[in-house]
Amino acid sequence: MTPPLVRVEDLTITFHLPRRTVEAVRGVSFTIEPGECVAIVGESGSGKSVTARSLVGLAGPGARVDAATLEVDGQDARRFAPRDWRRLRGGFAGLVLQDALVSLDPLRTVGAEIAEVLRVHSSRSRSERTREALRLLDEVHVPEPERRAGQYPHQLSGGLRQRALIASALAGGPKLLIADEPTTALDATVQAQILKLLAERRSLGDTLLLISHDLAVVSRLADRVLVMKDGRLVESGTTKRLLSGADHPYTRKLIAAASGRRRESTAEPGPVVAEATALRKVYGDRAVVRDVGVTIRRGEIVGLVGESGSGKTTVAQLLFGLVEPTSGQVRFEGQRFSGVPERARRPLRRRLQFIAQDPLSAFDPRWTVRRIVAEALPRGESVTPVLERVGLGGDVLDRYPRQLSGGQRQRVAIARAIAPRPSLIICDEPVSALDVSVQEQVLDLLAGIRERDGTALLFISHDLGVVRDLADRVLVMQDGQVVEQGTSQAVFEQPQHEYTRRLLAAVPTLEVSA
Amino acid sequence: MTIALTGPRAVRLRSLRPARPGVVVAVLFLLVALLAAAWPSLFAGDPLRADPLHVLGAPSGSHWFGTDQLGRDVFARVVHGARHSLSIGVSATLIAVGTGILLGLLAGLGHRVADEALSRSFDALSAFPLVLLALLFIAIAGTGTTSLIVAIGIALVPHFARVVRAQTFVVRRAAYVTHAVAFGATRPRLVLRHVLPNVLGPIPVLAVIGLGEAILLAAGLSFLGMGPQPPSPEWGAMISEGRGYLHIAWWASVLPGLVVTATIISLTVVGRFFQRRFEGRELA
Amino acid sequence: MITAVLRRVGAGVLVLWAAASAAYLALLAAPGSTVDAIIGDGADTPGIRAQIIDEWHLDRPALVQYLDFLWRAAHGDLGRSYLLQRPVSAVIGSQLVPTLKLAVAAAVFGLVLALVFAIFARRLTSVIGLVLVSTPPFLIGIVLLSVFSFTLGWFPVSGDRSFAALVLPAITMGLPIAGTLAQVLREGLDRALEEPFAVTARARGLRERAVLTRHALKHALLPAVTMLSWSFGVLIGGTVIIEQVFGRPGLGQVTVQAVNSSDLPVVLAVVILAAAVFVVINTVTDLAYLLIDPRLRRS
Repeated sequence: MTPPLVRVEDLTITFHLPRRTVEAVRGVSFTIEPGECVAIVGESGSGKSVTARSLVGLAGPGARVDAATLEVDGQDARRFAPRDWRRLRGGFAGLVLQDALVSLDPLRTVGAEIAEVLRVHSSRSRSERTREALRLLDEVHVPEPERRAGQYPHQLSGGLRQRALIASALAGGPKLLIADEPTTALDATVQAQILKLLAERRSLGDTLLLISHDLAVVSRLADRVLVMKDGRLVESGTTKRLLSGADHPYTRKLIAAASGRRRESTAEPGPVVAEATALRKVYGDRAVVRDVGVTIRRGEIVGLVGESGSGKTTVAQLLFGLVEPTSGQVRFEGQRFSGVPERARRPLRRRLQFIAQDPLSAFDPRWTVRRIVAEALPRGESVTPVLERVGLGGDVLDRYPRQLSGGQRQRVAIARAIAPRPSLIICDEPVSALDVSVQEQVLDLLAGIRERDGTALLFISHDLGVVRDLADRVLVMQDGQVVEQGTSQAVFEQPQHEYTRRLLAAVPTLEVSA
Repeated sequence: MTIALTGPRAVRLRSLRPARPGVVVAVLFLLVALLAAAWPSLFAGDPLRADPLHVLGAPSGSHWFGTDQLGRDVFARVVHGARHSLSIGVSATLIAVGTGILLGLLAGLGHRVADEALSRSFDALSAFPLVLLALLFIAIAGTGTTSLIVAIGIALVPHFARVVRAQTFVVRRAAYVTHAVAFGATRPRLVLRHVLPNVLGPIPVLAVIGLGEAILLAAGLSFLGMGPQPPSPEWGAMISEGRGYLHIAWWASVLPGLVVTATIISLTVVGRFFQRRFEGRELA
Repeated sequence: MITAVLRRVGAGVLVLWAAASAAYLALLAAPGSTVDAIIGDGADTPGIRAQIIDEWHLDRPALVQYLDFLWRAAHGDLGRSYLLQRPVSAVIGSQLVPTLKLAVAAAVFGLVLALVFAIFARRLTSVIGLVLVSTPPFLIGIVLLSVFSFTLGWFPVSGDRSFAALVLPAITMGLPIAGTLAQVLREGLDRALEEPFAVTARARGLRERAVLTRHALKHALLPAVTMLSWSFGVLIGGTVIIEQVFGRPGLGQVTVQAVNSSDLPVVLAVVILAAAVFVVINTVTDLAYLLIDPRLRRS
């Protein structure tokens, strides 16, 4: 029997920061056997990245790593000097990070980045290194390797960039490939391609350590899953066992969040609140939005999905009256809302609200929560009931936005949006920056607002799963056009357009066996 | 991302932040300097009294900083010089900050054409040697304390105007301003409630650092003889006067120079300390 | 590409025009009549007055005067110093070389010192930088002069006759630049070393020094290049004071004398020359940016 590649017992990682000490990882134990794919899953701050990086001695400056056992490639790594670590990096383990645009040196060509690994780990000549770099690019299915090798990361598409990053991690012929959120920054269709590539590496016999916040992504690849929360390992086991019956409530919560839950509504659609006809927006010589029409009725949640660059955010800005359409018209509550001066829109403004992806930048940094919400309320009304509705207590009243957690901030943003009792709220990726368990709570909150107040929502997201859980009707956008629309059920179960089908196929889903 | 990235950043911020004892010393030094400027006789005697018997005397118990070529007490002159040098620096900085805010807001909030014209000139002027800008003004308006103050003030305007304009642009495009639109805020209301407070917040701190620059420039110009005329004690002029006796009495020139350096370092340390605090509050 | 070059040239011409116009406005704004302003402290005779009126076309409409001034400036004719009885271009031309020598020597010294500090003594740079930037350059000059020239006698006390005479002034001017530049470089390096690509580079097994020199340094150079171009402005301004301290001939001396004796034609010419230097340096900076950062090369 071959020994494990990695054996960790009672791993503790502490960061000594200027004014405090943070225990990022506490008492974690696991092994990685040759040829298997192990995944560490957790939300932000769970310590999953630090754990993985500590296997190559890159936990970060100021980090103190303690362990009862820390065996890497059969050697005791606890007494490693910097040069011992360097020998392992690239050679024993290759590291793939999240976004290749910043994880590859933007000032060097892709080819040079790959060849650099060979320079460190082999005695090959310059021309041999170049040839090997081309071979590696070919191996990860980058077309035209000669041309691509001479290009810089920004000249490559997101998918090709990520492939090049993987090629550079493979260059040293590592026994272990550590992939830290390798698909998180990518669109769904590209994400599916990269996952396919990783699966291919696995079938070729590579050992994989996968780090992700997304249980669905992981479940496609991993043999075993380690679930981390607040620096501790809460549960581990084979992927199959975890999905069919997790022991720990936190794991069950993650599984529930990843498998999604449809929020049905009893609210009947009322009269039309907002209507856009034949919207077109041209920037320079590029038509970002082409002939988009949408009608939103009272009590309705309309989903707008598409990948980055599809024009969905521009549609939101057009509806909100931040950007004037090149042609076409927006009407809100029966009145013209586009092509009129801001003065004409102002009386209607409080009836139309907006929730953005990043709530922190949406608040004046000098204002407290009390002042932020009070500004939105009709004069003289108390702040507390609105905060209670979004599940916040009086303790946040006098805090500044930066002193709140991500989830709390988004709740304040929702409180501010519902305070003036609008008839329509435009939500642009409102849960994309949140951890999955918090996402669920925010989605429940939004569903409840529609149910109780009859407020219409335009819900914009790249995440089809989230839209499926919430929206009554869905519009699918590609290259500035609506390519398909219909009820949620129709679009998700019988997609007509080829692009919709491709999107749906790319969405990683969790198949929970009962 | 995870702690792996927040860790080193926090460490870096600490290493950049001036050490706390340094900040305390700097604040104390500035307080003493202010006191000296306000009430010089508290610290030292007559800066103009010449003692022909003790010409170019080395530092001693009775003359802490020694005496100059006329037998005047260098320490007394440095203390009394604080009034000249600090008031020149402060007045010039006030001119620069006031004008800078006005022009910066004009560019940041005004019409695109006005912005283009103004910000182009700020860019060009701020790359232009400060000394030359000040000298150009002095060449036309003549030498003297008032002229010196205005010259330095004008030279420093582009710097502040640029900062204010850039900050205005950042705030104007901030998402929270968009949200204020969602509540039907009118333009004057937006500017008063959101833009101005967020733009002007960092200005006092920048002004403190700018004051150091102004004092440095003032010392340089009076070193060239463009400032207060002898025999009035001014730091730059003292360094210049003592220069001729450097090989026999270094103190007459070097000690006032060290006081200038200490003042500027203190201003920078204090300014940066508050700047970091401010940024930290915005980021944390 | 061609439009980019044209835009660059256009912007340069615009800056020069603005500087020349500002200088001309300054002349008009000077107290007393324009003739008085041009004479300054020079000899005042009816003959000279007539000569000035003739040269500056002061008997013609204001617009013609202005356009004529621009036309002459564009041809390198910056007028005549009536105090020195020589054409301004000759006054400046004769003093240009020693100043340029000093500025280039100081810039090279400052850059090298900054790189040494930022790479080999990163921990010390913020303190050293703070002290260097906060010390009046003339104080540094005076101390160097008293130690190395008066006490040790290693370098000449004044003049510009030998290379040795260049050493102390160049160090004096280079030190504050090194201080600023080292801080900028260091901050750039620190930032770059935290970026994900630095983590990737480390994960390839590179030594920390190699991560620094092969990856981070190039990123840190971008802000440093901006800073270096800014420091040329400081250099040109610095010569005014440093040349006084070390008794060197040069533009600085010319400027101080001109300001002291109200010789406006010379002062205005110095201002326009400084603007020209600014344009050249800025163009070089932009080119350096393109060289370093491929992301800026798009069309």
